[in-house]
Amino acid sequence: MAFESFNEFIAMGGHAPYVWAAWGVTGALLVAVVLHARAERRLLLRNLQRRVRREERQGANRGEMAGVSHQTGGNHHDT
Amino acid sequence: MAGSETRLVAGEGRGVSRREPRSGLAVALWATLKRDLLLLMRRRSEVLNPLVFFALVITLFPIGISPDPQLLATIAPGLLWVAALLAALLSLDSLFRGDYDDGSLEQLLLTPQPLPMLALAKVTVHWLLTGLPLALMAPVLGIMLSLPAGSYLVLAFSLVLGTASLSLIGAIGAALTVGLSRGGVLLSLLVLPLYIPVLIFGAGAVQAGIVGDGAAAHLAILGALLALALMLAPWAIAASLRISING
Amino acid sequence: MWAFINKLRSPKWFYAIGARLQPFFWVAAAALILVGTVWGLAFAPADYQQGNSFRIIYVHVPAAFLAQSIFVSMAMCGLVYMVWKIKVADMAAAMMAPLGAAMTFVSLFSGAVWGVPTWGTWWMWDARLTSMLILLFLFLGVIALRGAFSSRDSASRAASVLAMVGVINIPIIKYSVDWWYTLHQPATFSITGRAAMPMEMWAPLLIMVLGFYSFFIALTLMRTRSEILRRESNKRWVRDLAGEKR
Repeated sequence: MAFESFNEFIAMGGHAPYVWAAWGVTGALLVAVVLHARAERRLLLRNLQRRVRREERQGANRGEMAGVSHQTGGNHHDT
Repeated sequence: MAGSETRLVAGEGRGVSRREPRSGLAVALWATLKRDLLLLMRRRSEVLNPLVFFALVITLFPIGISPDPQLLATIAPGLLWVAALLAALLSLDSLFRGDYDDGSLEQLLLTPQPLPMLALAKVTVHWLLTGLPLALMAPVLGIMLSLPAGSYLVLAFSLVLGTASLSLIGAIGAALTVGLSRGGVLLSLLVLPLYIPVLIFGAGAVQAGIVGDGAAAHLAILGALLALALMLAPWAIAASLRISING
Repeated sequence: MWAFINKLRSPKWFYAIGARLQPFFWVAAAALILVGTVWGLAFAPADYQQGNSFRIIYVHVPAAFLAQSIFVSMAMCGLVYMVWKIKVADMAAAMMAPLGAAMTFVSLFSGAVWGVPTWGTWWMWDARLTSMLILLFLFLGVIALRGAFSSRDSASRAASVLAMVGVINIPIIKYSVDWWYTLHQPATFSITGRAAMPMEMWAPLLIMVLGFYSFFIALTLMRTRSEILRRESNKRWVRDLAGEKR
């Protein structure tokens, strides 16, 4: 242990603002990145499910196969 | 106007190469060089603009900082180099733009000759009409910034070597952004970080020339950077042109 | 060998294998970063010159290492994409770039904060900080170029070429900046420039570096899998997958 007490640990020998700012920003960024990745994944899955369901409905209505659709953006380049 | 005459010259080159298949590449290179030189000479403002820009930027600094000759002398090497670099950057956007707009770039891609070589010919013309004049003009501006005597030759020579590298590296960025409608700012974002080594050794050479020692080493490194750029850049330019045309 | 490459070609296979590898790397990242944090912040001895401000090294150096590695892996992915047309490689490269820029920013920020107690100023044109700043611009360039194209295929190939050009230039930039710095020689010492750290100091550093790398791998796996869903959303297996998840 490099510190005698918890208060000393927080004070960081007078360098508290610098040490905690650097660690804080790094930690916050790592957490934010993970949260963003999770939100991104959830949103994608939800959109995908919604689309599949919608196309199933449409397919059932028209009696057609749920084939290629261009209702969601960003797929124009896949062939 | 420029387009029709362009095709004429390019067609001539191909016609000759069909008759003499062995020297096809040399003919194509020569035709590209001649055509680009001719085109740029016809549009003289494109050649002159970077030079005027160079002089203007150099004029801004004594006004913005101080007319004190001693202060100017200390910052002159860096100033001259940065201003020349920006002037070279300014001219990059038009490197492939005209050919892209009139479709002759596609013709260039379709020729049987290796594209890297043709791209190299185009970059050579660009350097001849921007880098070289900038290098020749720099000593005059050096006088105005009271650059210490003894470094004028080094300044010109470092710019001759350096701007060639700048043209080669910059052409990669120009080729990547030629298909984009607003590629200008993006081009500088892509290219400027890659210019830093050239700037360091170019300004370093002039600095060393003032001190009177070690300029040769800096120039040698500038030469090495140029050799590396000559080896690698044409392929990157060719690949980038293919992406911009086919995409 | 070819069978393996052909497998790599398939986003479906990558999606499945990524799902299996991902938890392992998340656990490793969490454990390593936790141990490194506790050890580095509370147990490592203070530096005899810099005191406790030295503890910034445990975020500054891993972030800087990771940022550089991310650029290199981005360029390698670009090469793989250009040579073998493996789409997953490009998806991974696209997902890495923002993290690389973020890590570069972290190392710059922590370096600047570290500069206050060490140099008495927020910014010094120190060789390492300068090259990290240039690296940040390189990252931003790749991200901006990818975003500028309307066709995804062109964007991928352009970003790949730029990443490869950048990775050839990084060592040149690094060495020239080092030289430039020694030439001008300001009267300071580089914050991380000293060799021969005692074991109690570098062991947590090593753990943090490994933790950051695991984090990078885990996050890239996760985001690449998301990107696969996005780009392959017309494929049968993706639809089946979405159906199952309901």
